[in-house]
Amino acid sequence: MIDKTFATLESAVADIHDGATVMIGGFGNAGMPSALIDALLAQGARDLTVVNNNAGNGETGLAALIKAKRVRKIICSFPRQADSHHFDALYRAGEIELELTPQGNLAERIRAAGAGIGGFFTPTGYGTQLAEGKETRLIDGRHYVFETPIRADFALIKALRGDRWGNLVYRKTARNFGPIMAMAAKTTIAQVVDVVALGELDPEAIVTPGIFVQRVVKEAA
Amino acid sequence: MSRYTRDQMAERVAQDIPEGAYVNLGIGLPTKVANYLPAEREVFLHSENGLLGMGPSPAPGEEDEDLINAGKQPVTLLTGGAYFHHADSFAMMRGGHLDICVLGAFQVSGGGDLANWHTGAPDAIPAVGGAMDLALGAKQVFVMMEHQTKTGESKVVAQCTYPLTGIACVSRIYTDMAVLDVTPQGLRVREMAPGLTFNDLQAATAATLLPAEPNQE
Repeated sequence: MIDKTFATLESAVADIHDGATVMIGGFGNAGMPSALIDALLAQGARDLTVVNNNAGNGETGLAALIKAKRVRKIICSFPRQADSHHFDALYRAGEIELELTPQGNLAERIRAAGAGIGGFFTPTGYGTQLAEGKETRLIDGRHYVFETPIRADFALIKALRGDRWGNLVYRKTARNFGPIMAMAAKTTIAQVVDVVALGELDPEAIVTPGIFVQRVVKEAA
Repeated sequence: MSRYTRDQMAERVAQDIPEGAYVNLGIGLPTKVANYLPAEREVFLHSENGLLGMGPSPAPGEEDEDLINAGKQPVTLLTGGAYFHHADSFAMMRGGHLDICVLGAFQVSGGGDLANWHTGAPDAIPAVGGAMDLALGAKQVFVMMEHQTKTGESKVVAQCTYPLTGIACVSRIYTDMAVLDVTPQGLRVREMAPGLTFNDLQAATAATLLPAEPNQE
């Protein structure tokens, strides 16, 4: 019997290795898999490359991981926020590397990795600082910039419900990066509010099919 | 000298958003435009974090941390609204499906170049978010900003000096002094704040302006 559910958050993140590239879902706090991030923090992996839209808010979640100096590099679109002080301090001290990517390019680079695309030409960013040094092409009279996929060893995402096959549904705008990060990582770990029996999720309404998900764990016992 | 208030600017932009339009309102001043869309006019508001059919702020106590806008503020979903993931959300922009996007700006050039993501200050931590995607991702890009900085420098310029967000992407500029169309001939005045003359406006603007066409709608 296939059962992708894990009994504990600790066991679900146990093999995340030093130097891993880890995608972390969420846009601000909506969809942030805080229980998995806490488990990763306790597990101790360091020298991580993190892919997230932001660079942590306040003291918890990704901000706590950054504060603990576990993150070597962050790939994101919007690191600077009113309460991103832990990222700000390390960035100014030269202790964290930043790869800044326009938000839509970030999403599409993640999606491309998950879809087996070797890169794509996008109009976003053409002629700006963020396209400097990148290949460009004129296609049907419009300028495009070449962007490469972002792959990950692990994705930590948050969903509302999951089943033992790894099928997921999300809640409202907490969906954000979850479905595409699930596609782009070798091992996707989904933190869910509830694990439900097979068949309880309407097949017409499943957002992430289980093929993209390797582990499902309840966020609270 | 007469100036439009921020609410008047929002009301003016709202007049140019027709029923049925798919619209993204950027963070800051553009958000105010939603307050002036008449209730009987059906407009689909898009928020790039993944919703269409965005409604107003929830009543106090009704906030849902899983239902936020791109500015990470709590919002509501109208009946008929939908949620989707980030790649789909940006496909709606990049793919040319959005009709209008309204953005703030540091500078706009006479050719419609936009600078709104970075001051270029050496100690600033760069953050771009969806600015570059939005700048290119709608059929019409409206910019809404004060005409001049607090120190009196024109934000409508011949060439942007701040780092660019997008090239030749702006269609129309709404400021506290005027409404300007970006045309192949240059910036054409569409409207001016009451009491303002063309010469007043040109004097306050660091790009060459074309006077309003007499029979302009």
